[in-house]
Amino acid sequence: MSTERRGTRAWRWLREHAVNIAGGLVVVYLLIPIAVILLFSFNDPQGRYNYTWVGFTLSHWEHAFSRPELNEALVTSLQLAALATVVSTVIGTMMALALVRHQFRGRRLANFLIVIPMATPEVVMGAALLSFFLILGTPSLGFQTLLIAHVMFCISFVVVVVRSRLIGFDRSLEEAARDLGASPLGTFRLVTLPLIMPGVFGGAMLAFALSIDDFVISNFNSGTTVTFPLYIFGAAQRGIPVEVNVIAMMLFSLTLAAMGFATWQQRRAEKMASVRPEQEATPPVPAGAAAAT
Amino acid sequence: MRRRIVPYFLLGPGTIWLVIFFVVPLYYMGKLSLESGVVGELQFDWNWSNYSEALSAYDTQFVRSFVYAGVATLIALLVAYPLAYTIAFKAGRWRNVLLFAVVAPFFTTYLIRTIAWETILSDESPVTEILHAIGLAPSGHILATGPAVIAGLTYNFLPFMILPLYASLERIDVRLIEAAKDLYGSATQSFLRVTLPLSAPGIVAGTLLTFIPAAGDYVNAQFLGGAGNRMIGNVIQSLYLSQADYPSAAALSFVLMALIMIAVVVYIRFAGSEALMGEEAR
Repeated sequence: MSTERRGTRAWRWLREHAVNIAGGLVVVYLLIPIAVILLFSFNDPQGRYNYTWVGFTLSHWEHAFSRPELNEALVTSLQLAALATVVSTVIGTMMALALVRHQFRGRRLANFLIVIPMATPEVVMGAALLSFFLILGTPSLGFQTLLIAHVMFCISFVVVVVRSRLIGFDRSLEEAARDLGASPLGTFRLVTLPLIMPGVFGGAMLAFALSIDDFVISNFNSGTTVTFPLYIFGAAQRGIPVEVNVIAMMLFSLTLAAMGFATWQQRRAEKMASVRPEQEATPPVPAGAAAAT
Repeated sequence: MRRRIVPYFLLGPGTIWLVIFFVVPLYYMGKLSLESGVVGELQFDWNWSNYSEALSAYDTQFVRSFVYAGVATLIALLVAYPLAYTIAFKAGRWRNVLLFAVVAPFFTTYLIRTIAWETILSDESPVTEILHAIGLAPSGHILATGPAVIAGLTYNFLPFMILPLYASLERIDVRLIEAAKDLYGSATQSFLRVTLPLSAPGIVAGTLLTFIPAAGDYVNAQFLGGAGNRMIGNVIQSLYLSQADYPSAAALSFVLMALIMIAVVVYIRFAGSEALMGEEAR
């Protein structure tokens, strides 16, 4: 009797929490490969292939940068991603400002031009650019063509991220700055930019992540230049060194830290935007109610 | 007068970049797809047979790509929905942690993630042994099969499904769901009649964001598939980069793009248009 009741209770608990349990399992599924990459960064494989677990060693973490070709590829990737991020973030932010702030002819066309690269498979974009470079003959494939390609596919994503941030923007703060005698440029630098900074930073982070991770488009347009993903692809046939896992985990932690920083910065900007006289005058709102509005 | 110039000034650099390095290359690829001859002596002569020959030679890879991408998208939807639902309605203060977990795979290189699945699905791995023991992998192999490629595609594009689903679920006014329950709707009914229809924009956006990259992918088929699992992306890649058969490769790229566009347009007609373009299309 009692076991039966306990059984039904467990059953009821399971039914009530079924969605959460399924959700939890999906989180585990999402994280399994990362755990595998981490685990195999401590592996001590005997041959060239790092596919089966042999034994624990820290030596690959100690000598993470012992492979010159890998280091070179990593430096290329970092330089490429940094440049592509700066260029695409500036260009993309300008486009987002135009789209949110201004009414003009050709708006739908501009929107279309921004959406369409995101709806095109990477292999088609890579192949089209390669066709273009082949027919032109210049510039020869290498870092320059990679930079062109990376900026191209990053722009749309920057626009989307920055635009979503601009839509909720309170323009009365800018008007106040203008009323107080700030020049248009001063208003932009002192009021607009700090407030949209989290959005810009978010767009920049996405651009950096897309660029440093890109394989397909780079595969088509790299010539003899080797980026980190291209190095991995080349190494896959002859066995990927364990150091690749180590460096992948280092990049992972760095991105995680940057993401944490971005979240913190966004909270700060939200606080900054909420310091307004009428809000200070009203009594503090209980946290629960504030969350509901 | 000055104000009217401002938006065009702001749009200028980006528009120029996208036109020169996205639109114009597509034009050049179109031109290339109609040329004939060998590399070095290619001539433009409206050679439409590139299309018919490429299509008849690689029709199996086309069909396979769309089937794999379709199945992967469907599985991703079924897997993503419970998690997106949990994050939107039940996570409370764990919400941000869970969202971190969803985007975390993006922080490791795509290729390394796929190679990690190669390890997970290899013959010696515990996962394969378990699946073999319960009869889901009768031959004892998972790698180099269609299901392995589909598993890789599903995994790699899953966050693209979860995030739009979460965004649309989170926007739902919880009072509507409560109203359904107050009016004696069962949990299943209120889900099917209220929550699910209201999350439709997320479903449309998520399926598109998963299907489009999956249909053109060649990394998963390269690492997780065998000779019999090549997708159209693999064909385009090898025609361009190893065999230097540019006209055929360009023709195939165009057909792939056109087929995806057609699929997207039909799907959006069917599912409602507001999802892809966001607020502005309305």
